[in-house]
Amino acid sequence: MPSSLLVVQILNGLQLGVLLFLIAAGLTLVFGVMDFINLAHGVQYMLGAYLAVAFYSLTSSFLAALVLALAATLVFGLLLEFAIFRHLYDRDHLDHVIATFGIILFLNHGVKLVWGAAPLSLPMPELFSGSVKLADGLLYPVWRLVVIACGLLVAVLLYVLVAHTRIGMLVRAGANNAAMVSALGVNIRRLFMIVFGFGAMLAGFAGIMIAPILSVEPGMGDTVLILAFVVIVIGGIGSIRGAFLAALLIGLVDTLGRSFSVDILRLVMGPSPARTVGPAIASMLIYLLMAVVLYIRPSGLFPAKGR
Amino acid sequence: MGEPAVRLQNLRKSFGALVVTDDLSLDVMPCELHAIIGPNGAGKTTLINQISGLIAPDSGTIQFDGRDITGLPVHVRAALGLARSFQVSSILPGFSVLENVALAVQSRAGSSYRVLGRATAEPGLNDPALAALADVGLAERAHMLAGELAHGEKRALELAIALAMQPKVLLLDEPMAGTGREETARLVGLLRRLKGRFSVVLVEHDMTAVFALADRVSVLLYGRILASGTPAAVRADPRVVAAYLGDEME
Amino acid sequence: MRTSLAASLPRPRGALPAGTLPAGIFLVLALLPIVALFTGGSYLVSLGSRVMIFAIAAVALDLLVGYGALISFGHAAFVGLGAYAVGILSAYGITDALVSLPVALAVSAAYAFLTGVVCLRTKGVYFIMITLAFGQMAFFTASSLAPFGGDDGLTIAARNTVAGFALLRNERAFYYVVLFCLLGTYLFCRALVASRFGRVVRGAKENPVRVATIGFDVYRFQLATYVIAGGLAGLAGFLLANATEFVSPAYMSWQRSGELIVMVLLGGLGSLDGAIIGAAAYLLTEEWLSGVTEHWKVIFGPVLVLIVLFARGGLLGLASALVRRLGRG
Repeated sequence: MPSSLLVVQILNGLQLGVLLFLIAAGLTLVFGVMDFINLAHGVQYMLGAYLAVAFYSLTSSFLAALVLALAATLVFGLLLEFAIFRHLYDRDHLDHVIATFGIILFLNHGVKLVWGAAPLSLPMPELFSGSVKLADGLLYPVWRLVVIACGLLVAVLLYVLVAHTRIGMLVRAGANNAAMVSALGVNIRRLFMIVFGFGAMLAGFAGIMIAPILSVEPGMGDTVLILAFVVIVIGGIGSIRGAFLAALLIGLVDTLGRSFSVDILRLVMGPSPARTVGPAIASMLIYLLMAVVLYIRPSGLFPAKGR
Repeated sequence: MGEPAVRLQNLRKSFGALVVTDDLSLDVMPCELHAIIGPNGAGKTTLINQISGLIAPDSGTIQFDGRDITGLPVHVRAALGLARSFQVSSILPGFSVLENVALAVQSRAGSSYRVLGRATAEPGLNDPALAALADVGLAERAHMLAGELAHGEKRALELAIALAMQPKVLLLDEPMAGTGREETARLVGLLRRLKGRFSVVLVEHDMTAVFALADRVSVLLYGRILASGTPAAVRADPRVVAAYLGDEME
Repeated sequence: MRTSLAASLPRPRGALPAGTLPAGIFLVLALLPIVALFTGGSYLVSLGSRVMIFAIAAVALDLLVGYGALISFGHAAFVGLGAYAVGILSAYGITDALVSLPVALAVSAAYAFLTGVVCLRTKGVYFIMITLAFGQMAFFTASSLAPFGGDDGLTIAARNTVAGFALLRNERAFYYVVLFCLLGTYLFCRALVASRFGRVVRGAKENPVRVATIGFDVYRFQLATYVIAGGLAGLAGFLLANATEFVSPAYMSWQRSGELIVMVLLGGLGSLDGAIIGAAAYLLTEEWLSGVTEHWKVIFGPVLVLIVLFARGGLLGLASALVRRLGRG
């Protein structure tokens, strides 16, 4: 039934959106507060997935794997920040791009070295492995609902943190004007480290949660990274709210676009051209969206630095 | 004397709840040196930014040489003959001092889409540039990196760049800010020599310079013109003395 | 103050006169096929062609990144478009360079114009992202062109003829054609940078507001530069398609765009000689290391990071620092 397909795809779109939000949140904060372009964020997501697989094979418990992998991702993120990134905050964006590109190369091929090139999988916890009946003839995997729920929970948590705590206020102030915050005597180094570590953890969390659904393989972070950048650019750099709205928008547009592009195009052209043009347009849809948004608002929808 | 070189009518600009330019109207006549004074925060730089086009007013019109330029972008206004200097030196630090000015000469000379031919070797560009540098006393620094100039020298370079554009109207935003006594005296001498060649709008805090140079003075307070007239008239105006000049003149 | 690997003014290279380095580079390139006669085999010659083709793309990118401070992360798309022009025309039986080359240039320049109009309204990371987006659009379009191979790519029956002559099919002749194109590109870009036009673009990199208040429409100048860089990349694509006799969407991937940026950076930004050296260094390292281990990128990644952290100015910067130190000692 077409309408149940629509509902399923909407839910899938939300799930993708929530996933993108988890990754984009860290990315937009790091960019907003430290003005640092972190292309390596995608491999942090990938690393989360790989570490979860590794810890699961040691512990046979999803929960243990989750906790351990989260901790490991946090440690790794802090290590990157401490050893490399903190020396680059003062530099050009180009330097950021090259350095983090180097990290991508290193990790993409590093995981291939350690775990091999074949895709791995992570079994989901027994409790959530079934499907639930949402309506007549409409079954939806429980785990995907769990992912959506977790993502929304994190969104609420972030909102509370950013809007109602002192550290959140410092982060918002830092995203608006880091030099001023530093001049006010705040330990900006520690703030940066916290922001970076937290962002890395969020990306790793996304990787862990998605691992049971997707296959874990080298390079899995690359597409997601680009999508996340599209999210923060549309949402406005430095804005969590912008990242959330843009992530959901992109998740929905991309998923629905891919599912229904051929059908929609069939309304205006014949079935054969629709089948060739459809998938092409579908993959381009979010980039077209970004181009349109940037044409109207060259700084995104809700930029933190009021331009 | 005829058409004003610059006519501002009912300009309004607010940033959020803060009204920075409040229904401001002002005429600058051709070839006059018109000083704008006022306390910090009166909106002087915002006014200059609106005239040069970096900021768009919320309402009101700006006319240049009888032509409405209110909607025109920055570079078009500059090409029409409106040059400005910046309060915080805005030069090209990686270029040589000479090349900074040569670029301005080039904008007047045209043919900037020429993709062949070494621009740095063109006497047609370099000679007028050197002349402008000599005017401001920077001739010996011509081949230095502009970023390595001292503060006062950068202010002079700002002025040279603006002069090289052969403007009809020159907007100077606190050219003497942070310059020493000698440098200030040199700039005053230069401006005195330039008087009458074209219109100058001079925003300044240095009262001695203002009253020595200006043909007319306007006092800006909270985004409005409080008083406008000859230096003597403004100096004697009780409202101006009370609001601004009281401590300054002593 | 923000610092970067880029030197905006070319640093004096010890006591050597200005044209020495490029003269040296082109001399080496011109003599290479002769050296190859003794080492035997056309491997060296075809490697050299490949290096020079990417050098053309890198020099074009240096115009944008080094001189204009426009970090384009979609440059590979223009290379790919030039290549696909050759491939698609070939599939329809049009195989002469006199047609394919102008079409390749026109297509990539046109795409540069259309995308540049949108991209140049943005700055900073927004610019980087939107150039990336347009690069991806080209990539996905190529991937979905089922009649032309889609994901798998398209094999070209043979290299283009030139006015009917099978000139390009001779490896050595092809090499010299590519060398000629590289020389032409290099000289043109050199002249461009030194010209009145180039001065405006360089100025806009230093202080765009200032340049606008002097009377220049910065947007137009940047757009013109963007189109020129795109067209030159299309030239590289034309040559690449002929060199490999194959086109694939991978020519337009964002990883390729990243590699091009690395090439420009490796040599030293804002010095066109550096772009050539950087392309050579990158590709030769890739050739050598991938022979050693298939996991060479695990080593190359950290090397990039180290370069960013410690080797400002890329290889040319290192070289000039070395020359200075030797001169002092």
